Order: sequence, then structure tokens, then C-alpha cells
Amino acid sequence: MSLATSAGAGSKPGVFLLRIGRSLKNALTKLSREPVGLFGFIVLSILIVVAIFAPLIAPYSPTTQNLPNALQAPSWEHWAGTDEYGRDILSRLIYGTRITIQTVLAVSLIVGPIGMLVGIVAGFVGGRTDAILMRFTDIVLSFPSLILALSFAAALGAGLETAIIAISLTGWPPIARLARAETLIVRNTDYVAAARLYGASPLRVLFLYIAPMCIPSVVVRLTLNMAGIILTAAALGFLGLGAQPPAPEWGAMISSGRQYMLDNWWVAVMPGIAILLTSLAFNLVGDALRDILDPRHARS
Amino acid sequence: MIEVSNLSVSFGSGEARRQVVQGVSFVVGKGETLGIVGESGCGKSTVLRSLAGLDRHWEGDIRLAGKPVDRERSREQLKLAQMVFQDPYGSIHPRHRIERVLAEPARAMKTGDGWSRVAPSLEQVGLPANFAERFPHELSGGQRQRVAIARALMLEPEILLLDEPTSALDVSVQAEVLNLLSDLREERNLTYVLVSHDLSVIAHMCDRVLVMKDGTFVDELDKGALEKGETHHPYSEQLFEASFL
Repeated sequence: MSLATSAGAGSKPGVFLLRIGRSLKNALTKLSREPVGLFGFIVLSILIVVAIFAPLIAPYSPTTQNLPNALQAPSWEHWAGTDEYGRDILSRLIYGTRITIQTVLAVSLIVGPIGMLVGIVAGFVGGRTDAILMRFTDIVLSFPSLILALSFAAALGAGLETAIIAISLTGWPPIARLARAETLIVRNTDYVAAARLYGASPLRVLFLYIAPMCIPSVVVRLTLNMAGIILTAAALGFLGLGAQPPAPEWGAMISSGRQYMLDNWWVAVMPGIAILLTSLAFNLVGDALRDILDPRHARS
Repeated sequence: MIEVSNLSVSFGSGEARRQVVQGVSFVVGKGETLGIVGESGCGKSTVLRSLAGLDRHWEGDIRLAGKPVDRERSREQLKLAQMVFQDPYGSIHPRHRIERVLAEPARAMKTGDGWSRVAPSLEQVGLPANFAERFPHELSGGQRQRVAIARALMLEPEILLLDEPTSALDVSVQAEVLNLLSDLREERNLTYVLVSHDLSVIAHMCDRVLVMKDGTFVDELDKGALEKGETHHPYSEQLFEASFL
């Protein structure tokens, strides 16, 4: 018997990898049936590759000024033109993906776990805990995130980190509500009743039974949120509260381009297109993920 | 094996308080199968859930294997009785593989790692061992109910509580699952309490039947009476006429 169990334990990681490979393949097959979602995924993967290899891809330095070359229209030399200091806008956009992706990832990694923990604990424990946690969530939900970010920037000084913290602080309540709603459904199912009958501890039920049921909808919601995060980050940059110059933040680039809008449209429009494409891609990917991950959608 | 005296269950409080089970008493011997039959909402499932330890609103006295059990069950008390649920589509975690489903009871109880017992327990309920790899949605309703039965038996309880175990299955599969239950009872000398509204299922399985109406037992029929269709109460007569015509 002990031989059988040790053999089983030994092959576990192999089996695990095999299964991950299989489910990835499944997901890709499903994805290939959704051209719009596939487009979103491709745009996102390009963005990530660009962000990682920005120094190799960018044709010019994002920060070196070249005043004689200022405000050049898009040409073969400068695909997206140059800004008021003669910096190549395409290079700045390419470096800007780093800031954007970094913001989105950091906010999602903070917001996802916190929101889910608050939500499933509130839903599972119920009673007074639920009331306190959800009222707290309501209070946070009633803060306008931009105003909170403004006050945060005033208190801590403007910067990318401040922006990330401010967006995260107001970002988790929707996730918490979603996780709570899912938990309330799952809590009353027969499989949780069965788990209680065979003596599963509350923590076990919470993390092995309820959390896995909440993760797909939370991931979908997070992905859809990412578009909003990009827009809020850009708005903060526009107001001068996000990443500080000369960092090539897209919102800040629009802000500085605004002054030249009438004569030199490309200075503001190019980063605008970048923001539009990125948030569109996140929205498309979110929709596609919902179709792939949500069992209720898959069944229909 | 099971002694229940004066079991009452009520939900809600104040004006909204509703007594669902009104002071019922019954005894089930070892190896016996007791059926509880009645219409929807008569309280039969509530009796079963109180026996299992899922409902904690009961008052009275429940003894399993001679020992009184509490409203909040200890692990030892939970091991005495396990339950098979009505809906096999809702009673198995949709994101756990069958091996995990079957290993969980032992792992949750901390009585060994559970994985090594997956294959024998699948064979015991007549499923091939390679089903361990599958997810519940890759199984039919009857196969899932077999998995649910195997899971209930993982802790080796002496009592199995069956809450309409076949009403979600189609007729041919119903018979297979009932036969499996009969075989397991003989093999392991299990005690069953079977709740159903289907008299043919009850007649096939049970040694004794209690007829329940509005939270009380109105009639008790033994095997002989069941076969002859003998009844002692107008309600059970009505029930019989409705199902055997």
C-alpha cells in the first residue's frame, strides 16, 4: 500500500503539468472560436512583449530632447511625429506601455485578493461580520476614486506608486460584492452540505470549495476592470498626479499635447489611440474570458 | 441503531415561527431499511437532515448507535451517519475531479491521505477506476449518484441517509442505483433511512415504512402490508391509490 501511495505522490507533478497543458489547449480551442476575443488577446500579448523589450524596440530615446526637431508631423523617420521637445512620440508610447502594464498589474494584484477575501468571508460567515464588512465596502464604494487619488497625491506627493495605491483603495469593493454574491449561492449547495457532513473545517470549505467557484467570475471582472484602471491612471496622469515628467505616461502625454492640439494634432492623438486600443483590448479579453471560464455561459 | 424520540423542528421565530416536525419518535434496527414517505413539504427531508446533523433547529433526543448526538456534531458523531443527496448534479463540487471528491472525506477528517482508496471505492460502486481523472460534468446522472454513494461510504458509516436518491434519475438508471444500494447494504450490513415520495421505490427497498403528513407520522406499514396494499389511515390509502393505479 505504501508503495502505491509513494508512486502516486511521485507522479503527481507530472500529472499536474499534463492537466495544465490539456486545459490550456482547451482554452485555446475555445478562444479560436471567438475572433474578437482572439484579437484582444493578440493586442494584449503584443503590448506585453513591447513592454518587456521596450529598449530594443524603441527607435529613439524616450526622454532625450532634440529641440530643432520639435513638433514634426508623422513621417518615415518619426512614425508618430515628435512632441514639443523633439522627442519621438512612438518611442515614448513604447516606453509608456511599461508604465501602463505595471499600473494595471499592480492594481489587479492588490484589488483581486483583497476583494475576494472580504467578499467570501462576508458571504460565508454571514450575520454581523457580513453586515460590518459590507457596510464598510459601501462606504469605500461611495468615494470617487479620482477625488481620493487627488487627496492622496496631495498627502503623499504625486507619483506612480501613489496613483496605484489610490486606484487600488477604491477598486476592491466591486470585486468584494461579486465574490459575496457568488459565495451566497455556493454556500447553500449540496456539495458544501456534504463537506460539512464529512467534517470539513470552515477554512477548508472556504478555500477549497467556495473560493474556486468565485475565481472565474472575479478574474473576468478584474479583466473588465483593467480597462477602467487604464482610464483612471491616464486621467491621473492628465491631471499631473500619476507618473511624473519626463516619464512617458500616456495620460500625461495627452495633457501636454493638449496645448498644440489645433496645429499639431498628433501630439495628443497618438497617446489617445494607444489608450483606446489598450482599454478596448482589455474589454474584449474580459468578454472572451467570461465565455471561456464561466460554466453557465459554456453550457448554453 | 437509530433511536429518535420526540423530535421537533421549527423554523423562524415569533409570528413567523412554523413547526415543521411535531414530536416524532421512531426506532431503526441495525441492518434495517426504514422508508419515510409523504408529500412535498411534509417534513420528511427535515427529519433526515436533523438526523444527519445539517439542520440544527431540532429539539428532542437523537441516538445513533446507542450514543446521543449533539446539535453541533463532533467528528466522531459525523462518522456515524452520512447522507446521499437528491440531486447528483448539485451534490458534487463541479470543479473537483472525482478522485478529489472521493479523497476529500478522509482528508477533511484527517484519517489518512485518501488518494489510495479512490480506486477501490470506485470499483465498489461499479465504476471503472479511470473515472478518477474525470470531472463531474463528464459523468451521467446515474454515474454521479454512484460517486455520491461512494463518497458517503468513504468514512465507513454504519448509517446511510438517503434523501430521494433516485428521483433525479430516469427509470432504468433508478433501478440500477437501487440495486447497488441493496447490494451495499448486504455487503456492509448498513442501516438505511430512505426518504421518498415514490412508493414503488419505497416498496422495493424498505422493510418498514412510515407515512408522514404535516409533520407527524400517520401510519406505519411493514413489508407484508406494503405488498398487500394494506393501510390503516385514509391518507396512506390515498397515497397508495395515487401511485398504484
